[in-house]
Amino acid sequence: MWKFIVRRLLITIPQIIILSVIVFILAQMMPGDALSGLIDPSIDPAAIEQQRERLGLNNPWYVQYADWVGGILHGDLGQSFRFKMPVTELIGQRMGNTILLSIVTLIFTYLIALPLGLISGRFNDTMLDQGITGYTYIGFATPLFIFALVMLWVFGYNLSWFPTSGSVAPGSESGTVAYWLSKVNHALLPGISMALIQVVSTVQYLRSEIIDTKQKDFILTARAKGAGEQRVYNKHIFRNSLLPIAAFFGWEITTLITGTVFVEKIFSYPGTGLLFLESITQRDFSVANSLVLIFGIAQILGALLSDIILSIVDPRIRIK
Amino acid sequence: MSNELLKIKNLSTSFRIGDEYYAAVDDVTLTLNKNEVLGIVGESGSGKSALAFSIMRLHTKAKIEGEILLNNQNIVKMSNSKLNKIRGDEMAMIFQDPLTALNPLMPIGRQIEENLFLHNKKLGQQGRKERTIELLNLVGIPRPERVYEQFPHELSGGMRQRVIIAIAIANDPELLIADEPTTALDVTIQAQILDLVRELKEKIHAGIILITHDLGVVAEMADRVAVMYAGQIVEIAPVEKLFANPLHPYTRSLLNSVPTEGQDRLHVIQGVVPTLKNLPRKGCRFAERIPWIDASHHEENPELHEVESGHFVRCTCYEHFYFPDNKEEQANGVS
Amino acid sequence: MAFLEVKDLQVYFPIKGGILNRTVDHIKAVDGVSFEMEQGKTYGLVGESGSGKSTTGRAIIGLEDITSGQVLFNGKDITDKKTKNKAFRKDVQMIFQDPYSSLNPRKRVLDIVAEPLRNFEKLSKKEERKRVQELLDIVNVSPDSIFKYPHEFSGGQRQRIGVARAIALKPKLIIADEPVSALDVSVQAQVLNFLKEIQSELNLTYLFISHDLGIVKHMCDNISIMYKGRYVEQGSTEEIFENPQHIYTKRLIAAIPDINPKNREEQFHYRKKVLEEYTQSYDDYFDQDGLAFQLQSISDTHRVALPQKG
Repeated sequence: MWKFIVRRLLITIPQIIILSVIVFILAQMMPGDALSGLIDPSIDPAAIEQQRERLGLNNPWYVQYADWVGGILHGDLGQSFRFKMPVTELIGQRMGNTILLSIVTLIFTYLIALPLGLISGRFNDTMLDQGITGYTYIGFATPLFIFALVMLWVFGYNLSWFPTSGSVAPGSESGTVAYWLSKVNHALLPGISMALIQVVSTVQYLRSEIIDTKQKDFILTARAKGAGEQRVYNKHIFRNSLLPIAAFFGWEITTLITGTVFVEKIFSYPGTGLLFLESITQRDFSVANSLVLIFGIAQILGALLSDIILSIVDPRIRIK
Repeated sequence: MSNELLKIKNLSTSFRIGDEYYAAVDDVTLTLNKNEVLGIVGESGSGKSALAFSIMRLHTKAKIEGEILLNNQNIVKMSNSKLNKIRGDEMAMIFQDPLTALNPLMPIGRQIEENLFLHNKKLGQQGRKERTIELLNLVGIPRPERVYEQFPHELSGGMRQRVIIAIAIANDPELLIADEPTTALDVTIQAQILDLVRELKEKIHAGIILITHDLGVVAEMADRVAVMYAGQIVEIAPVEKLFANPLHPYTRSLLNSVPTEGQDRLHVIQGVVPTLKNLPRKGCRFAERIPWIDASHHEENPELHEVESGHFVRCTCYEHFYFPDNKEEQANGVS
Repeated sequence: MAFLEVKDLQVYFPIKGGILNRTVDHIKAVDGVSFEMEQGKTYGLVGESGSGKSTTGRAIIGLEDITSGQVLFNGKDITDKKTKNKAFRKDVQMIFQDPYSSLNPRKRVLDIVAEPLRNFEKLSKKEERKRVQELLDIVNVSPDSIFKYPHEFSGGQRQRIGVARAIALKPKLIIADEPVSALDVSVQAQVLNFLKEIQSELNLTYLFISHDLGIVKHMCDNISIMYKGRYVEQGSTEEIFENPQHIYTKRLIAAIPDINPKNREEQFHYRKKVLEEYTQSYDDYFDQDGLAFQLQSISDTHRVALPQKG
């Protein structure tokens, strides 16, 4: 197993390097550079040139790339010209919100996915299963941003069950219990909206895993031992079907990232997704680029996580 | 009390195709005595595996009619909870494919212990482990302590089949059903597994039903043999009698299609095995495969006739059967 | 000059491993196999799973890459990729094990059987159909069924359609890889009889690969026993069955179930005795790696893998 994990880790290194090169090239192609946002355009061009020289903007691309990577490693992602603050700090503020939203979404995803998938797989082709499968088809067909708007309108504005924007009630004192409750409360509606739509692939995956496992020969062996239905399901079918789902966890992160971009926008939830959209519309390229890099790394790590989980839970990979 | 362990009376097992049920096992009656090995031979589609699965009631979507009496308890009518008390305890099954019959994600030890846990609550965790190691020893697995911890994919096919046997015999079953237990194995491994079953038979005193398509395997293992064709038993006899004096045209044809000493051409049975949907349900089911035998020689409703003690043959056509490519026999009529 | 000569054939499969997934070792699927075949005869190649028997057959016809060694067909080396001659591909055909998966389910029988014809011969539509019908007639499948699909046939019929495809180009050598092991006994008989019939009609040579010694005995003039990529014994059918020399051959033969129930006890004891002998003399017959030694002639036709004397 260790060999497998080390090899898998080694693969991520070139992936991240390639990603960083792409992001760097994108950054170079964007109009303007680190200086454009900082200085008064009416300043003497010679002075600008001096500044450029000082900041290393005239160096060959590979030196600039090395500087840029070096900066990132020291936590320096450049300056946001809109917020006039370091990108690292800006993203840091927003990241907490997005992580909270993601956790809420993941919890609801599994709260919904496991029972629905298990029921649907166990009682396949019954009315119950058809109902659940019907829901998954609707989930596939419904765009997240429209669904989120409907949820916001119904539960936020009409029923007023949930706050409709922001990440915390104004005036809450940071660090208190009320503050954290308010934070969670703000993440609930966007989280549930996202979970309800994104859960459908997990439900279908789990359903087909169970139907597949049900027909395996070793299930007959278990029945022939005199194991009752409940035991056959719990000890053999569910366990074996949940393993691939555990591995699916890393991939959930990938869908979460795209999900948060839409949902944060609709719920005006100040997380990285919203920041990303804003920075694009307002041409705050240093922020947008940094986020692309972070999202990209998160995806690569998600895939890595999936493979590592699988290698731990599946003895066929574990024992090698 | 008689020596009878299992009595099957007028058993029919039907599967649904479209809107109708078709019997894959059609009105089968047979008995198995304690300590006896009954071989059931037939080709694919003969209903032999469906019969085995019916006894264990492993079919989920079949209609089963008739009676299966194991120690006078009717398995067909039994409640599920009662059935689960018997399965794995009084009766157990050895499956065909050792590569798929074990849970790939469960250690070998746990898979055997599950069977002990289900039927012997008194045995504690330690007791179960000891018994499991003992079972692994019994089925001839080297280094049982190590195998106990291992997963199926770490063992060879032959070793896995031994594990499956260990699971089956864990609670000293009285009835052991082996469904093609060696078909998926190499010949030398097959020989070892068959020898193992033979040795175990002496030790656990179980009645064994051995399902196989391999006439050699039955010849070596069985005390009595039932030959199945198209869902019915067409001949049943003590093993020596069956091989020395096969009577039913199907049995004879089958024996003639296996290569033996000094034979240049093998006998070929005309036509094909009918599919479940197209089974001839009236008259002699083998008649269409032996069209050169006059229709008048078949019975209208073929019954099993006891030709000599313990030797039964279905239909009367056997009295008039000859191989068409054997001119001499044809001229002399029945030999 | 032999009809087909295989010289020191080796087929190695790489084992990937280590952190960089490099080739760390090889599985020696076929490890130095040599034999000769004469035209019109049937050669049996027997072994258990993993013995390399199928790989040997597949390597000869070019379905596996040869690591080293030569395959000479009518004196011409056909392992040389550059001169891969068309005649060889026409003259050597293969019959596969599984009649259910070796025929493309989406193609009609006409297309399946005509495929080799289309590759090698330019025939008009009419000629082609006539040839296919003739071929189906030879294999006893109704020539009217050329527009049917494989699933409409039984296992035995499918296997015969596979044979029709194999003989379409009038090959000289057919490599049959477990051709009947997926079939029921009665259907086996049909296919085996039929293979024998067309052999005499077309003067075919067979390399008959099987794990079933009973069938090999029935079909073959000459038998080779393979174990872990090497030959352990080679001889006429009579020599192998009446006078087996290698302990592994003896064990294989002892493992065949006896169809006469009267011999049961005898067979049981005999098998036990052979197994004992096998365990005891294992070191005499295999080297430190558990592999067989080089073949040595003990008669004109009989060769056995015995340790070098002295």
